[in-house]
Amino acid sequence: MTHRSHPSEQLAHHVDKDAFVRALRRKLGPEAVLADPEDLRPYECDALSAYRTLPWIVVLPQSTAEVQAVMQLCHAAGVPVVARGAGTGLSGGALPVENGVLLSLTRLNRILAIDAPNRLARVQPGVRNAAVTEAVASLGLLYAPDPSSQIACTIGGNVAENSGGVHCLKYGLTVHNLTEIKLVTVEGELLTVGGMSLDAPGYDLLALLTGSEGLLGIIVEVVVKLIPQPASARALLAAFDDVVAAGAAVASIIGAGLLPAGLEFMDAVTLRATEAFVHAGYPVEAAAILLCEFDGLPEQVEADLAAAEAILVAARASEVRRAADDAERLRFWMGRKAAFPAVGRIAADYYCMDGTIPRRCLADVLRGISTLAEEFGLGVANVFHAGDGNLHPLILYDANRPGELEQAERLGARILQLCLDVGGTVTGEHGVGVEKIDLLCRQFPAAELAQFHAVKRAFDPHGLLNPGKAVPSLRRCAELGAMHVHGGQLPFPELERF
Amino acid sequence: MNETAGGIAVLPSADRESELRDAVRDALARRQPLRIVGADSKHFLGRSIDAEALHVAAHRGVLAYEPSELVVTARSGTPLAELEAVLAQEGQMLGFEPPYFGPGATIGGTVACGLSGPRRPFAGSARDFMLGVKLLNGRAEALRFGGTVMKNVAGFDVSRLMVGACGTLGVLLEVSLKVLPRPRCELSLSFEMNPSSVLDAMQAWASGPWPITALAYDDRLRVRLSGNEAAVQAARRRLGGEPADGGADYWRALREQDLPFFAGAADLWRLSVPPASRLAGLPGEWLYDWGGAQRWLRTSAPAAEVFAAASSCGGHATLFRTATASAVRFHPLEPLLMDLHRSLKAAFDPDGLFNPGRMYEGL
Repeated sequence: MTHRSHPSEQLAHHVDKDAFVRALRRKLGPEAVLADPEDLRPYECDALSAYRTLPWIVVLPQSTAEVQAVMQLCHAAGVPVVARGAGTGLSGGALPVENGVLLSLTRLNRILAIDAPNRLARVQPGVRNAAVTEAVASLGLLYAPDPSSQIACTIGGNVAENSGGVHCLKYGLTVHNLTEIKLVTVEGELLTVGGMSLDAPGYDLLALLTGSEGLLGIIVEVVVKLIPQPASARALLAAFDDVVAAGAAVASIIGAGLLPAGLEFMDAVTLRATEAFVHAGYPVEAAAILLCEFDGLPEQVEADLAAAEAILVAARASEVRRAADDAERLRFWMGRKAAFPAVGRIAADYYCMDGTIPRRCLADVLRGISTLAEEFGLGVANVFHAGDGNLHPLILYDANRPGELEQAERLGARILQLCLDVGGTVTGEHGVGVEKIDLLCRQFPAAELAQFHAVKRAFDPHGLLNPGKAVPSLRRCAELGAMHVHGGQLPFPELERF
Repeated sequence: MNETAGGIAVLPSADRESELRDAVRDALARRQPLRIVGADSKHFLGRSIDAEALHVAAHRGVLAYEPSELVVTARSGTPLAELEAVLAQEGQMLGFEPPYFGPGATIGGTVACGLSGPRRPFAGSARDFMLGVKLLNGRAEALRFGGTVMKNVAGFDVSRLMVGACGTLGVLLEVSLKVLPRPRCELSLSFEMNPSSVLDAMQAWASGPWPITALAYDDRLRVRLSGNEAAVQAARRRLGGEPADGGADYWRALREQDLPFFAGAADLWRLSVPPASRLAGLPGEWLYDWGGAQRWLRTSAPAAEVFAAASSCGGHATLFRTATASAVRFHPLEPLLMDLHRSLKAAFDPDGLFNPGRMYEGL
């Protein structure tokens, strides 16, 4: 399937490709600029592979100066630019544009400095997430955000998407674990945002840039915070005969004042697929399981475990199991981490959703998803970060059956609408990208979208950076009929609409 | 009859959004700059400006609070004391331990100033707990960003951009904040320590697995431990020290700048630096908070010298309190970064209505 962006989000230019490739090669060297279709093919999609577009040109800079040179050339010529890390994103945020440069940051892959006394690491954007923790483990430190793709995904992409992970309930998202970003602006200038202190003067641009999906600049360096490794970690597995009871137990644990390091949910479909795949020892007859981990001093962990066990039993868990040792604890988690590939073995294709809802609505929304799945005649596997209400329903389909992908997309949109209806959001950690751009028309009224566009113009007046992603044009929303227009008036009526 | 929460009188909730919107619309028509005022408890922070006051304190009330969601939503004029009392009744708290600097302090002013107390390096800052906002922009439009869920990456993070912007980007109407469970037990310890060893000791402890939630040095090294009784006692056995006089009162006095260190007329500087930094050469008296990451300095040194010292170690400085009205207050920004600030200001407040010049000249 070929993705086509909305006409109002396309940028036309008449730059001669051969001449532009020559200009780029003069700056970056011949092998760092790809222009032949067979060389471009690996970059045509990210991990949301249902959407594919062959880029115009791919560049592989090796230094900040080279990124600046690329941006200067593209800015002068009016050529759009899409930044890309490891391409593990699930929302098409790194989907190329057909007349644009795809800027791969994977060669900027060095850890530049580890500052143990200040508990900071300075890294380039192409450093893998897991490599940071590996590099500082011997110092008794770790980098907390741990998206499930952490062995492959890069820090630059994590910043662009504000990635979370299993442990963000206690340790925060990417935005909570950074102190500085070096950014190459659309004009090719180098800007330092934040610093090595816990806060910075002026506006909190670090927060604004985190999760901005490549729309505001190119991240070329990041300072991340490191935290001490916890003294101990223990995990519980609770089985339930009924999904609704499991959902209610989550709210009870948080409401009781406990702060688990991780609190994860898997339904029957997921846990059976996972058990068959990695033999984690899950109770396959259960309707749902919760995995609940506490970390800290052993005295604290022991008390929290006991409190959580009592809550889970009171919440009608059919079985509550403590991991006897670290090996069993890691086995519990191995199953959770293998859940997506395990589901991949039982369905030809799956489509991963990412809504976040208030925890108290978990039970109702799970029931709603199950009703919708029946209505659409498709299977749905539920596996998610229950502690922060971040759902990942996996819609099972077969792309080789005509119409089934479209059916899966329609079901996905209905599920996300359900999340909005209970006061949630269409994306908790995977980003909007191209995938959920229409849904943003539903989540935000026109005046808010216009304010986003004003922010975008402050960084990128001509809209060259990652066009057609993350923030929909008002025309796109108007055509969808999804825009909330107050009193018949578009906000900022004097502004050009594009 | 007024309700009470934890001994604090809860004022009747009142929705003044339409009045505030009319006032901004009127100011826009007159091109009249506005000085946004909650309780004016933090009037000393930033540059003094000459503009018509826009009073927000009457727009108040807790709108939604669901303890199992760890989220509270309140109108910006809600008194901080009232909000904290409501949370305390459910065994919860604001994790960033905000300073009041005055009895009437509002949650809107707290968020706009972006200040955090001693718990900040261990639990997070005001902006870290920000989940959602409703604001009036400079076109008198009421806009909502973020929400009430823990994770939300839809759209730019305008909510967190508002924290610490000193009201220069919009009038906050409502804020949604993540809250935390209150620790069951807290214990404050103090230690005799040679000043030359303090920074090393602080970093050693902050790099360990201890349940530390405050770490400061004035004449003694002071530590607060938080958790259940068993964990706090276990940490105490390992760390040593003596139970500190006053216990929790010390941290309140540090947060509110009620300690003797803060009395007097000399300029008070706040230096935010990497915690292990050695800052030699600046004359004056020091007090370390945040495990060394936030340092208070009373000095008569010229501003340029303090700014340069903070920059040299990757941090920044703020002239927090001064008797000199015309002084530069916040750390100077690089020209390119200042240009971007001006563009962002124009994106939210094109006519420069809100608190013009409070942070920086021309912003």
